[in-house]
Amino acid sequence: MIKKIVLMGNPNVGKSVVFSRLTGAKVISSNYPGTTVDYSKGTMILDGNKVEIIDAPGTYSLESSNKAEKAALDILKEADIVIDVIDATNLERNLYLTLELLERNKPVIIVLNLWDEAKHTGVYINEKKLEEILEVPVVPTVALTGEGIKNLVTRIKEAKSPKKIKPTSEEGRWIEIGTIIKNVLTVEHRHHSLRDRLNDLTIRPSTGIPIAIGIIFISFWIVRIIGEYLSFLIGEVFENGYKPILTGLGEWLGDGIVYNILISQDYGEIVFTESLGILSTGIYIPLAVVLPYIIAFYFMLSLLEDSGYLPRLATLVDNIFHKLGMHGYGIIPLFLGLGCNVPGALATRALETKKQRFIAATLLAIAVPCMAQMAMIFGILGKYGLYYIILVFLTLGILYITIGIILNKVIKGISPEMFLEIPPYRRPSLRTTGKKTWMRIKWFLKDAIPFMIFGVAVINILYTVGFLQMIANSLHSAMEGLFGLPGEASIAMVTGFLRKDLAIGMLISLNLNPYQLVIAATMLTVYFPCVAAFMVLIKELGVKDMLKSAAIMISTAVTVGIILKLILLGV
Amino acid sequence: MPKNEGEHIITEKTKPLIYLTKGSKGKIIEIQGGHGFYRRLKVLGIREGQIVRIISKQPLKGPITIALGSTQMTMGRGMALKIFVEEL
Repeated sequence: MIKKIVLMGNPNVGKSVVFSRLTGAKVISSNYPGTTVDYSKGTMILDGNKVEIIDAPGTYSLESSNKAEKAALDILKEADIVIDVIDATNLERNLYLTLELLERNKPVIIVLNLWDEAKHTGVYINEKKLEEILEVPVVPTVALTGEGIKNLVTRIKEAKSPKKIKPTSEEGRWIEIGTIIKNVLTVEHRHHSLRDRLNDLTIRPSTGIPIAIGIIFISFWIVRIIGEYLSFLIGEVFENGYKPILTGLGEWLGDGIVYNILISQDYGEIVFTESLGILSTGIYIPLAVVLPYIIAFYFMLSLLEDSGYLPRLATLVDNIFHKLGMHGYGIIPLFLGLGCNVPGALATRALETKKQRFIAATLLAIAVPCMAQMAMIFGILGKYGLYYIILVFLTLGILYITIGIILNKVIKGISPEMFLEIPPYRRPSLRTTGKKTWMRIKWFLKDAIPFMIFGVAVINILYTVGFLQMIANSLHSAMEGLFGLPGEASIAMVTGFLRKDLAIGMLISLNLNPYQLVIAATMLTVYFPCVAAFMVLIKELGVKDMLKSAAIMISTAVTVGIILKLILLGV
Repeated sequence: MPKNEGEHIITEKTKPLIYLTKGSKGKIIEIQGGHGFYRRLKVLGIREGQIVRIISKQPLKGPITIALGSTQMTMGRGMALKIFVEEL
């Protein structure tokens, strides 16, 4: 009986679109144990039986050379049936994996996806003949529109393991592919299409960089609209729906340490952003502050990914990021981090080596303010003029680049060059993009939120035992002597650990001059991530590397504070 | 297969891929480097005898983007230095 169907194929062949066509709404994303490789799982009904479907990570061959390919190989071993998804526009290259799969004595069915695109670009494949040669069913599909999927479902049972294909060498496979191609493929030359032109324009630096800036700008604009709207909605639910319940619970508990830890430091008063209770602030920050932007950013990221734009953006920025010890994909943590550092930290997984991830995470925590924080910086400095705002961002930009260059030199390990396929532009399927966004959000809810609640709980306890106040007091003189700020600014620094935007807001009551505001706002960004981002960074980097990273953050903040004081205040 | 030292078939006409200009084409003559590197290229269809076209070159020693049939890919400079082509 068929229990497990595995989808295999090269990257960028529309495998996940086929997957989302075959599966129902219940789809989960899993992390392959011990790696940063993610794959999706779902179910479908086949002849009245529930069958598990796994979307293995994309791979070019079965001789695994990286973690994703190793994971794909392990997943393949458990398959009862393999659906091999082929990009019909790129038959020759895709057939390599197909031959390897056919050598493995597993029943295989082949899907020739992107069938419409192939025809459109003048590629004609005789699928009947291919079926004859390979001795397994071959089904053309256009997964985006659903064309051919029904046919695929009815033919899954026909999947078989051909007897004719024998294991051979790499050379042998290429020779075999050559023969197959000659028999089934006809290519008609077509002129440059609009899509080719779009590709050239977006990947050549002279036109590509202005376009990239435009696309990033528009993305942020959309993210901000979605994020603010959701934040408002969720906030309303908290204020009007949740607060009365919590107040009731508080009255029942009465004042005391349990009340302080669970609900609020001040009896009878619940301010969701400040009360520090596990049930108030602990839940409010992840759900009402962070989640709305996570949803918006993940949606935008999935859209950029599925349209095929992301690899082009990575190509355009690779030269800069490579000098900072990362490669082109280093822009993803930066992009997400400008919304909220939490998904930014999770996105450091887009990079391959430990060194690259460490640099990406440290730079994120030091020099990338989140959207809420940026809004507050504009808020407190805006009335003094753009000049002061530019000072803050210029400092952060210089820090991102200098620290990146330094870390690239001193951190051991390798930072390999970028090597990636640039898929053709494709219209994203709302269904797939939606599913992907939803899977990422679910993963965030499950993986990151418990960490954040725990973080708020720790802060609460540190506050309850008086530890935070002690730190604030001990920093008093440093604020005055080193950074030219009033001693009370130390309270803002400590608050910044919980909410950076709130901490910047606290500066207003200190009557600082604009230069002092620049120093304080910059330092607040640099010295430490907020508790939510901090917890996720521990999870991603491990405690040891996070301590290293934190040491870099704090020493950078102190250095920057002193330098800014010397330059701006002149003393 | 990757050639050993001394076996190179590089002539005056061949040069590393990175030295082709934007828009020009070249035929791959030889791929240097380790076995792993060779394999990574090969599964993407980059192998001796194939014709590649330069789509773009990023400034500041950035990567290059090449087209091979209907596939396009971006690779770092270091890699493009190890692929020898004959300009067409």
